[in-house]
Amino acid sequence: MATIDDTATDTETGEEYATPPEERSAYLDRYPSAARIVRWCFLVAFGALGVGGLFGMIQALHRTGVFRGFVSSSDYYSVLTGHGVLLVLVFTTFFIAGLFTWAVTQSLEMDLPRPRLAVTWFSMILLGTVLAGTAILGGLVDQIPASADVLYTMYSPMQAHPIFYIGAALIIVGSWIAGANYFLMYRDWRAENAGERIPLQTFMVLTTFLMWYLATVGIAIEVVVFLIPWSLGLISEVNPLFTRTLFWYFGHPVVYFWLMPAYLIWYTILPKLSGGRLFSDPLARVVFVLFLLLSTPTGIHHQYVDPGIPEGFKFVAMTNTMFLLLPSLLTAFTVVASIEHGARQNGGGGLFGWLKNLPWDNPAFSGCTLAGLMFAAGGFSGMINAGMNINYLIHNTLWVPGHFHLTVGTASALTFMAITYWLLPQLTGKRIRNYTIASIQPYVWFIGMFLMSNAMHRAGLAGVPRRTAEPQYPSQGITFEGVVGGVSEMRLQIAIGGVLLTVSLAMFLYVIATTWLGPRSERIRVNGRIPKPLSSADDSPRVLDNMKLWIAIAVVLVLLTYGPPVASIVADGIFAGGSAPVPV
Amino acid sequence: MEIHRFEKLWLGVGLVLIVGLIATVAYGAVGPGVAMMDDDGGTIDPETVADGNYEQANFKSPGVRQVGEDEYTAHVVARQFLFEPGTQEPIQVPAGSEVTFYVTSPDVVHGFSVVGTNVNTMVIPGQVAQFTTQFDESGEYGIVCHEYCGAAHHTMAGTIEVVPQSQFNSTMTVGE
Ligand code: HEM
Ligand SMILES: [Cu+2]
Ligand SMILES: [Cu+2]
Repeated sequence: MATIDDTATDTETGEEYATPPEERSAYLDRYPSAARIVRWCFLVAFGALGVGGLFGMIQALHRTGVFRGFVSSSDYYSVLTGHGVLLVLVFTTFFIAGLFTWAVTQSLEMDLPRPRLAVTWFSMILLGTVLAGTAILGGLVDQIPASADVLYTMYSPMQAHPIFYIGAALIIVGSWIAGANYFLMYRDWRAENAGERIPLQTFMVLTTFLMWYLATVGIAIEVVVFLIPWSLGLISEVNPLFTRTLFWYFGHPVVYFWLMPAYLIWYTILPKLSGGRLFSDPLARVVFVLFLLLSTPTGIHHQYVDPGIPEGFKFVAMTNTMFLLLPSLLTAFTVVASIEHGARQNGGGGLFGWLKNLPWDNPAFSGCTLAGLMFAAGGFSGMINAGMNINYLIHNTLWVPGHFHLTVGTASALTFMAITYWLLPQLTGKRIRNYTIASIQPYVWFIGMFLMSNAMHRAGLAGVPRRTAEPQYPSQGITFEGVVGGVSEMRLQIAIGGVLLTVSLAMFLYVIATTWLGPRSERIRVNGRIPKPLSSADDSPRVLDNMKLWIAIAVVLVLLTYGPPVASIVADGIFAGGSAPVPV
Repeated sequence: MEIHRFEKLWLGVGLVLIVGLIATVAYGAVGPGVAMMDDDGGTIDPETVADGNYEQANFKSPGVRQVGEDEYTAHVVARQFLFEPGTQEPIQVPAGSEVTFYVTSPDVVHGFSVVGTNVNTMVIPGQVAQFTTQFDESGEYGIVCHEYCGAAHHTMAGTIEVVPQSQFNSTMTVGE
């Protein structure tokens, strides 16, 4: 088995350390103000991950009937709202804001030039989180006179307390300012480096954020123009189909906002961790441009079974969705090829023999790789979701959470956890403690997720609905019949998997907390240098760096795919067709 | 820009897969004629439905009616937390006939999913979900609301009772 990346062994103590030792805390020393904001972001992200994960376990035990003592079935939905919002909005947004700050500063080689701007966006997202969190907590605690058990999809006319919507709006607007921070840095850099190619990591950050700006327009309009005034009683009705469509306009590209950062890690750091380097910088750029173009005009595929949207528009969204498979397929290829290349650099050979020459005991490596593996499975179930006709079988069943626990819940979440083992030492100058626990953690996640998600997929095929506290329906005598295996076996797997996932999460948080709270170390295991790709940016067409062109095309695609359906929906009146708000 | 031979191959395979997937969906639509949820049902005023003024809302009162030889309609209102009909009394339809459903909601978004079949639709206030289906075998089918619709969402379910043609009694058509 190969050793940890870039390490040598100290002959006297027999300890492994990063070479050269002077680079021990290179990032921290060079970019102290960026390091601070990244640490803050990670702190909040992991706090949200811990609480959200605990909620996940409560759900897994409750809905399978294994243990229902935590909350009543009617409070289940407050827990579920918290789980969704904390994990897919708070955890991801904070982690990504931090990761991107790291990526931009280190690839442009400059410290965060506007620390005050950084404090602004950080506080804004945090305030949003606190407001939304308070409203969600209000569903469980009687003393708080607010509630928001509308889940993260917040379909009208189910109505939450205004502070929930205001919190959500602050999270989004805060993320816009974080993006502005990166773009301003890029402008500073461009002023000094006219004619140079955009460094790859910065390129990835900028394309991701352009996509994000385009995508969040939908939810910003939904929340600011409709839901906030409506929850304050300023307008009496909103059109449920229209607000839903605005939500999904954002709700699909948001998944690429979670995935593209994971891809950034897989493309730029994972090859190095496996002992090699990225194959092709140009192809990586092509992939990110494709994501920018194709992520947004697809959201209607979440509304295949919605009445009120003509079939033709659904078909267009389906076609775009299928083409969106392409950049992911290319990524799968590059990632596997880069890992294999790394293993062969380490002396691996044979058709599959090289797999032995990978650092499977390095949690940063194993976590990213296992995440990638599960993402492949998630990709397959995603193709089923995207198929307009098979979708009827699985829409809103447990299949869907089965699918996205592989994608966002593993491809993104596990990658983010894994790369923290590599980033945290650079951000704190502290060596990872309890390394053995860290080495096992990604495997525990993998096993837990294997059990939970395969059972969820199969239960979904049997028709078991999602987002339900008690999927039993005794008075109706409804029985779900599995294609393979029985429902009780699936329930057990979901419960055991959910517990294992929570255990894995606790292991991660324990390692991170002990490392963070411990003293700075003489030597750390990692070195943050990233080797040059085999085929560098100079080999790629310059047009790839033309952000204005790509965003213009992306906007046109959105107008073409969303213009007609939105026009047909709002023809019924944007404030009409609604019913009176139903507070929950 | 150099693209490796294997990368080109992979790209080609990927594109074939994508076009293939699109083709299967297109075939499903035009070949066997898998019907998709569409906007045929039109729009409706949810408050009028809530008041029970079905006729005024251009929605027949809930129930099953014969509209032709072997053709039936089933009007269903999904509301917190029941299907009407469906929950308190089953939706009775004759086996082997075409049944066109019209489902709407006076309050929040619900789901209408017939367990073990691909009858699956969202029920959105202001919209009428319209779809046609056929149950060939007699027996009971469960309907579940699969969209979170409030604190008692998990209790919202119903039954479709498919009976042989000869036994079909049209007591449900009373509202006519
Ligand atoms: C300890 C780990 C986790 C466990 C045990 C867990 C468990 C669950 C379960 C059982 C559900 C289904 C609830 C239902 O439909 O009734 C669920 C839903 C969900 N989970 Fe997780 N989960 C975990 C981690 C994650 C992670 C890391 C993410 C994303 C980063 C995530 C995102 C979601 C989302 C978005 C939903 C859907 C909420 C909805 O349908 O509105 N989960 N989770
Ligand atoms: Cu319902
Ligand atoms: Cu429901």
